Amino acid sequence: MEPESIYPRTHIQITDCAKTYADGTRALQPTTLTVEPGEVLALLGPSGCGKTTLLRIIAGLETPDAGSQILFGDTDVTRLPVEQRGIGMVFQHYALFPQMSVAANIGYGLKIRGVDGAERDRAVGELVDLVRLNGLEHKRPAELSGGQRQRVALARAVAVRPKVLLLDEPLTALDAKLKESLRDELAELLRRLHITSVYVTHDQQEALAIADRLAVMQSGHIVQVGDGEALYRTPAHPFVATFLGRVNRLERTVADRAGHTVSIGGLTLACPAAWAHQSALLVRPEDIEVGSCAVGWGQAVVIQRSFLGDRVQLTLSLSDQAQLRADVARDHAAQLGDSVGIRINPERLMPSHESSKP
Amino acid sequence: MRTNPKTPTLLLGITLIVSVFMIAPIGLSVLAGLLNNYSTGIKSGLTTRWLMEVLDVYGSTVGWSLMLGLLCVLGNLLIGVPCAYALARSPSRAARLFEELLTLPVAVPGLATALALILTYGHMRDFRQSFAFILVGHMVFTLPFMVRTVSSAFQRHELLAIDEAARTLGASFIQRFIGVLVPAVLPAIVAGSLMVFTLSVGEFNLTWMLHTPLTRTLPVGLADSYASMRIEIGSAYTLVFLLVILTVLWGLQAIGQLIEKHHGT
Amino acid sequence: MSRVLSLCAAPAVAFFAAFWLLPVVQLLVLPSKKGWGTYFAVLTNSRYLQSLVNTVSLSLVVTLLTLLLGAMVGIVLGRQAFRGRQLLLSLLTLPLSFPGVIIGFFIILLGGRQGLVADLTDWAGFGRSTFAYGLTGLFLGYLYFSLPRAIATYTAAASAMDAQLEEAARSLGASRWAVARDVWLPELAPTTIACGAIIFATSMGAFGTAFTLASKFEVLPITIYNEFTNYANFALAASLSITLGLITWLVLFVTRHFTEAKSGVTLAGV
Repeated sequence: MEPESIYPRTHIQITDCAKTYADGTRALQPTTLTVEPGEVLALLGPSGCGKTTLLRIIAGLETPDAGSQILFGDTDVTRLPVEQRGIGMVFQHYALFPQMSVAANIGYGLKIRGVDGAERDRAVGELVDLVRLNGLEHKRPAELSGGQRQRVALARAVAVRPKVLLLDEPLTALDAKLKESLRDELAELLRRLHITSVYVTHDQQEALAIADRLAVMQSGHIVQVGDGEALYRTPAHPFVATFLGRVNRLERTVADRAGHTVSIGGLTLACPAAWAHQSALLVRPEDIEVGSCAVGWGQAVVIQRSFLGDRVQLTLSLSDQAQLRADVARDHAAQLGDSVGIRINPERLMPSHESSKP
Repeated sequence: MRTNPKTPTLLLGITLIVSVFMIAPIGLSVLAGLLNNYSTGIKSGLTTRWLMEVLDVYGSTVGWSLMLGLLCVLGNLLIGVPCAYALARSPSRAARLFEELLTLPVAVPGLATALALILTYGHMRDFRQSFAFILVGHMVFTLPFMVRTVSSAFQRHELLAIDEAARTLGASFIQRFIGVLVPAVLPAIVAGSLMVFTLSVGEFNLTWMLHTPLTRTLPVGLADSYASMRIEIGSAYTLVFLLVILTVLWGLQAIGQLIEKHHGT
Repeated sequence: MSRVLSLCAAPAVAFFAAFWLLPVVQLLVLPSKKGWGTYFAVLTNSRYLQSLVNTVSLSLVVTLLTLLLGAMVGIVLGRQAFRGRQLLLSLLTLPLSFPGVIIGFFIILLGGRQGLVADLTDWAGFGRSTFAYGLTGLFLGYLYFSLPRAIATYTAAASAMDAQLEEAARSLGASRWAVARDVWLPELAPTTIACGAIIFATSMGAFGTAFTLASKFEVLPITIYNEFTNYANFALAASLSITLGLITWLVLFVTRHFTEAKSGVTLAGV
């Protein structure tokens, strides 16, 4: 059984989609976005950034402002109601029909389309196998666990072979451990199915694990689009840097800015001239090297040490900066109260506000 | 139930007195309906002759009251449930206004509603003298209860979500309404129906004004018997009412519980 | 979508307009046919005014007493578990489904000429004491049909009371009275106001009980009934009905918005 061969791969083109509510709030600024056939694109951002609004506009559950255009392949769906767009949607709290069994839920879309009973049972059977819910076909949603419900919701959405699959924070309602295992399962499933998918989440780990590309959003517009690794390593915008991963803030004095440098614990690092007006720079905890005090290294004191299982987090006190958080290996020698040397590869530094200034 | 501190004796005492006050008359009435002679008291022995006489003279009122109750529920389901959905989904001012208006038949005494109905439709002889007239009065009075109960159920978050889910799967409005939405609010519909039925069977203020000697309901018959018949007949008739209402309440509750069990929420 | 919604609401709206709105508008207009002064008949005519005063005072006293007793019983039933609690609660709230006439009959059974109380007082040597047909009988009848509503409401509210607040107060040393005053009263206040409004409105509009008891103490619904049935004074009956309806609606409307505004909680309509 090769499920991936039967699902259509649709190209999504969103042009200048904006959403203004009746009371004047602009939930979404004019946004343009492309989703490649078969790829999983994550819309990532804090609450209120417009990601869910954008998803619902693609679904057809919200009408965008005039001047917006949405294309599924060659079809202009901007004016089509949700019932006619041929999408599949997985909701945050699953929205399973409480009075129907698992099998009935999954087969609902097929029933609406007039698929006859035998064919429907066959299709539902395949999907039950795909999401591994065998034995639970006749149960009601109330009798299932959170993870099981999530799988039913997914199976129901893909049963109708949608052109586009939309997922609205499907893992949010689960506890941490379950979330992680389901995340990997979901990622694998989406890769196998190869349906063009748009996935909304506020959890960057989730986005990085599941999506092929990420679109980071803030205050109603997309800040940067790209694959996870590129966004993490070379964020084009400080918001992306702070949202995707953790950062430390390094302040620069007027002298620093004039001399194109930044100081950490007495050590001076060179910075690009283009960052002359940056009052602070950002650096990730894992990019701060911690070793013994030596020449060419800055100085710091360990004022807190937290063992986090897979790594150790040190809080460092410096003479010329605010406290820094540094991540070191699990077996690192540094202890509470130690004076240590710190060093940063200048290439790991990131700007703290947008570089484009008049 | 948590382990609460011991309840003060005063409260327990009041509860006892109130309970006796409320329950004794019911017991007394049941007893009086079965006594041979009320003035003589229990010495006169028990009998069912009063019950037989009541069923003979007023038997039809029982049937009519139950029929009216049933039709009232049916009517409310047909026009009330879709209306409840519309009010739950509509953000318009007109919807809010209608909701306010719907509270009026309940806020205003039944007497006033009855007078108004007679004023407007009293001249239509056939209508005025039929049970349909009483049915209309009952429905006007009970519609707000059905609409309110079902409307709150439709407003629950889960219902918005499954409505959208059904839409994304391509279901038309009728398909969604019958296949997904109504099953989801079935407990509220059942609760509303129970309320409507009970209200209709026990309704007097409105019905008394609207009735004619040929269109009498159970409560109307009761008032008649209290005024013109012996106390034993009045009591026996009250006993009949109690039996009917208890059966109705118990039956509807059993149905309600059965549906809840299979509802799977 | 809004077209679909309008179609859903249309039958109910049409029914309501035809069988309530239109008739009530006609009723509102009727008194004017006999002159604008007819609207104020309740104030100008001493008999009607007396009837109104009777009804309002009776309803007020009944409401206050019912709330007090209902609260006490509700607190016991809502917080104490004992065998037969559910049965007792069902029996106490059963009268909610009774028409007012039955309650009038109960009062006659208790306090009429052949009543139980008459038998008891006679046996005790005080002669046959009959209270059913006076103010006492009416009052007890009104109490009887109001208590079930209060008991049901307070039992539900009492079992939903936050035990932690009470525990906090007790841990700070509050006596039982202080707990009742400082924890229970504020918690039950919105319920009390809402319930009180409903009981008051129901008492004001009650007809069946007074009708059966044929009491000398005349209440407004009986006055309206007499005007309409015995004297064919439709316009006057309409005017009095409007007054009565206005009072009951106003009480419910004000309480509803007052409690909603204070607690931010929406009451389920009336």
